[in-house]
Amino acid sequence: MRRISILLLLFGFNSFAQDELLELLESEGTADKGYAIATFKSTRVINGHSIETRSNGSLEFIISHRFGTLNSGYKEFWGLDFANMRMGLEYGLTDNLNIGIGRSSFDKVVDGFIKYRLLRQSNNSPVTMTAFASIARKTAEIEGLSGLDRNAYTAQLLIAKKFNSNFSLQITPTVIQRNLVLTEDDENLLLAIGLGARYKLSNRVAIVTEYYPQLSGKAEQFKDSFAVGVDIETGGHVFQLHFTNAVQMNERGFIGETTEDFWDGDIHYGFNITRVFDLRPNKK
Amino acid sequence: MKKYYYLITLLFFVCITSFGQKYKTEESYIKFYSSAPMEDIEAVNESSTSIIDMDSKNIVIVIPITSFEFPKELMQEHFNENYLESDKYPKATFKGKLTNWDGQEGKSSATAEGTLELHGVSKEIKIDGEIDKKGDALNMSAVFIIKLEDYKIKIPKAVFYKIAEEVEVTAKFDYKPYAKN
Repeated sequence: MRRISILLLLFGFNSFAQDELLELLESEGTADKGYAIATFKSTRVINGHSIETRSNGSLEFIISHRFGTLNSGYKEFWGLDFANMRMGLEYGLTDNLNIGIGRSSFDKVVDGFIKYRLLRQSNNSPVTMTAFASIARKTAEIEGLSGLDRNAYTAQLLIAKKFNSNFSLQITPTVIQRNLVLTEDDENLLLAIGLGARYKLSNRVAIVTEYYPQLSGKAEQFKDSFAVGVDIETGGHVFQLHFTNAVQMNERGFIGETTEDFWDGDIHYGFNITRVFDLRPNKK
Repeated sequence: MKKYYYLITLLFFVCITSFGQKYKTEESYIKFYSSAPMEDIEAVNESSTSIIDMDSKNIVIVIPITSFEFPKELMQEHFNENYLESDKYPKATFKGKLTNWDGQEGKSSATAEGTLELHGVSKEIKIDGEIDKKGDALNMSAVFIIKLEDYKIKIPKAVFYKIAEEVEVTAKFDYKPYAKN
């Protein structure tokens, strides 16, 4: 009789408990790739692009404003009397490949860009990497400016890591070729490195900051662009409100032609508002 | 005594055959559906895994949250970032037992009773479904309701994509015998 009970015990032992089954299942791994989502909430960190791309069939309308400087005083309504804006459309040809166009009121710059996500942070990759190339052309009537002299070309490699659910960091090596520079002290080829960070305060609010030091020799009158702001997400819309010393919203402009000093109070209030339309909502 | 030997041999065989009698998912399909005034929301996950031990009738299911695919990219981002907080809680798991099912061939109703852990909250649930066993293949399906507040999934008052308080979950799992290495 005892043997039977021992065998019965063994019998019982053979069947797996729930926790053992779970271990067994997890040891097999899942099909889950563990992609990082929402490293940044928008396709912009603030002035510069973020690694984020819009998915296949998504059309993003982005409208950005930079007002005058806060230290311009009461008569200028602390900068709000002056507004410089950029309107843009961006489209996801695939989940990784985006194209976009935009026009700014400052110097009537028209810009176009192409953006491609090379690598996506996941279980297999520690970072997300996106390549970016753009062309910006000043179309305003500026004396001595004509033809190809109006153009500037930018190439960037955007590399970002979402360290945890709250904190993301981006490093952006940048090369800008300016066909004609504003001063003799400037070089046509500008090297800069962008640093961006996002810290989430709540599910809908995050602080973002961005700094673009120029690495190559620059003229005395130009300053490195700096910005700090908040992202507020309302579902469907992202509002980015910020303070920056840059007034332009294309790479050549804010990286290379920012003349004001943030720490002297030359601070522009600004915002980016994006709205995304899914043109192919029933894709599978 | 001889009588016992027969019994022991029989039990021994039962042991041998019962060992390794586990079924693992070949394919899985989980859909949740939420009907809301603004628009209906639906997401599908085909990356879940599950295993059943046929002796104990124990069952576990692991559901990777980020693998829910939404028709709209932004919904998916909100779902992960704001509702399910999948950075913090990347998986949902169900640990339970199949009750009122004896593993027979053919179609029969069955109940899974156990703990669902979702969004960091564990809760006892009971899911009624159906199991269809045809030789080596085992198909399981169930439709049930989940209340979001039970799992501390908060819906803000003012959001664009309004979600209902309750979501309907449809689950289908196809199992095959699992060969233990």
